[in-house]
Amino acid sequence: MAVKLLLDKAHIEGIRYYDTWRKNGGYTAVEKALKMTPDEIVEEVKKSGLRGRGGAGFPTGMKWSFLAKPEGVPRHLVCNADESEPGTFKDRYLMEFIPHLLIEGLIISSFALGSSATYIYIRGEYAWIPDILEEAIAEAKANGWLGKNILGTGFDCEIYVQRGGGAYICGEETALIESLEGKRGNPRLKPPFPAVQGLWMRPTVVNNVETLAAVVPIINMGGEEYGKIGVGRSTGTKLISACGNINKPGVYEINFDLSVEEFIYSDEYCGGIPNGKRLKACIPGGSSVPIVPANLLFKTAKGETRYMNYESLSDGGFATGTMLGSGGFIVLDEDQCVVRHTMSLAHFYNHESCGQCSPCREGTGWMYKILKNIEYGKGKMSDIDLLWDIQRRIEGNTICPLGDAAAWPVAAAIRHFRDEFEWHVLNPEESQTRNYGIAHYADPREVVA
Amino acid sequence: MKFSQEKLNKVNEIIARYPEGKQKSALIPLLHIAQEEFGGWLDVPVMDYVAELLHINPIEVYEVATFYTMFNMKPVGKYVLEVCQTGPCMLRGSDQIIDHIKNKLGIQAGETTPDGLFTLKPAECLGACGYAPMMQLGKFFKENLTIEKVDALIEDLKAAAKN
Ligand SMILES: Cc1cc2nc3c(=O)[nH]c(=O)nc-3n(C[C@H](O)[C@H](O)[C@H](O)COP(=O)(O)O)c2cc1C
Ligand code: SF4
Ligand code: FES
Repeated sequence: MAVKLLLDKAHIEGIRYYDTWRKNGGYTAVEKALKMTPDEIVEEVKKSGLRGRGGAGFPTGMKWSFLAKPEGVPRHLVCNADESEPGTFKDRYLMEFIPHLLIEGLIISSFALGSSATYIYIRGEYAWIPDILEEAIAEAKANGWLGKNILGTGFDCEIYVQRGGGAYICGEETALIESLEGKRGNPRLKPPFPAVQGLWMRPTVVNNVETLAAVVPIINMGGEEYGKIGVGRSTGTKLISACGNINKPGVYEINFDLSVEEFIYSDEYCGGIPNGKRLKACIPGGSSVPIVPANLLFKTAKGETRYMNYESLSDGGFATGTMLGSGGFIVLDEDQCVVRHTMSLAHFYNHESCGQCSPCREGTGWMYKILKNIEYGKGKMSDIDLLWDIQRRIEGNTICPLGDAAAWPVAAAIRHFRDEFEWHVLNPEESQTRNYGIAHYADPREVVA
Repeated sequence: MKFSQEKLNKVNEIIARYPEGKQKSALIPLLHIAQEEFGGWLDVPVMDYVAELLHINPIEVYEVATFYTMFNMKPVGKYVLEVCQTGPCMLRGSDQIIDHIKNKLGIQAGETTPDGLFTLKPAECLGACGYAPMMQLGKFFKENLTIEKVDALIEDLKAAAKN
């Protein structure tokens, strides 16, 4: 039986509201945490092995321990609710349906880090969610969990919700900080890191919504117990937002010992692929991670079962593996065209580049144009090599990782689906009327139809 | 042009969320309010007014307003249909939805119908990939779209505009 730590109460009617949340064990973690010292809380989070759920998977406890604490300088916790990575819609689910879980996590984390003014930076398009969060914050405050001298500890804390203006790059933590200061979302050069000079040049921790929500079960059960759930360095549970060609798109809380095959085909999760179609490819961690063909998805190159966790998904490196990323799980069936999908993502990254570094600003535009030519039957064979060359020159040569995020999907598509690109070039007319299909990377499963 | 007293109170409440002297942090929230209040887009006098409220230079407002996709720099229709066109939505038929809207309303991406009712604004991933295809309409999302649902929605909006 799968363990649920985040969505265990999501089905309870009225759980969005304080009274129901409290009746079902809500705010016990805050009660417990505020009897501990801030350092003890950081220690529990370290012991839990929790890794950032925003995409990079950096250990949260370690990140917290880097926070500078100069005398007399206020510190801030910022919750990253920008959620704009294509395929990702899990934070939205948490905030919409169980807002008090996040508020609890924020209070505990603010106490641990010494943040008396904590900001939730939410993407502007989630325009109705700030109302939900502000209602939950007001309820928490009315019940003494926020405000001045919380539970007699002498700790003061306010949580504010700030809407963005529509820009994927503001999910990058330094761009987010710039945006929160009322500026364009241009990522900063690092160092200094936010832990030393972040929001208003004060020491700042930026964490993802799901990461901060996970602090609640960690405090409730203890870091060590939390760390026992999972596999290796993938501890706890993970929210996966599943989309694309599956029967049951939605948000699922998974355990790290779940196989990818079971996730896609079991009725408990994605429920298989509609109309008995075969699986062609999958992008398991949001649009920035490498696409993998079906034959490398269920089994690693070594022939071992692939599981839904950080290590197993990245087994084989970029040659044959991919990444867990943000948990935005995108499934492509046999009717989909990898060239077209890659073109769409290239358009996205070109649109979202902040324009500060030339490899990213120019390179994303070139990649989009070349992919468009290939997709519309105007490509040349040499374009495929040119694409490869451009992505290689972007990767690692930019201020922030958006450049890498734009390069990786193109690299992986060419690596695994080069024959499909070539077919487009060689068959400019036919490729306008039908798709390539699934060729040798065929779905290793039996066709159900 | 001026905010109502009620909006001005909201503005002050927002500014109070930030430390002394850091009122510029309120810029994006204020631009959202201004766009809503003053006709769905940000004309130069509107941006100048926001600059005045925050005691910052107008250029600081222009450079921010032009960076973010939610701020319209030109007049838009009464209803802005922001249809997501990114990969995951494309896998579930967003191309057909966009084409259908273009044909039905006789406009291209970025254009407004002559009666001033509808603007089609293709959008990038809006965080609703599992409920695709989808569009943003004002504050809310319309999800799991079909051609029939789009037709019904457009009829409803036309009727609503008459009343
Ligand atoms: C281009 C780009 C976009 C990002 N978008 C998001 C996002 O939408 N949400 C998020 O939590 N992290 C995002 N990140 C990661 C953040 O920079 C940062 O690592 C994260 O908020 C840290 O939180 P965590 O350790 O809790 O995951 C993005 C990073 C990059 C480079
Ligand atoms: S890599 Fe791209 S998004 Fe990041 S700072 Fe450079 S230009 Fe901006
Ligand atoms: S791709 Fe359309 S909402 Fe994410």
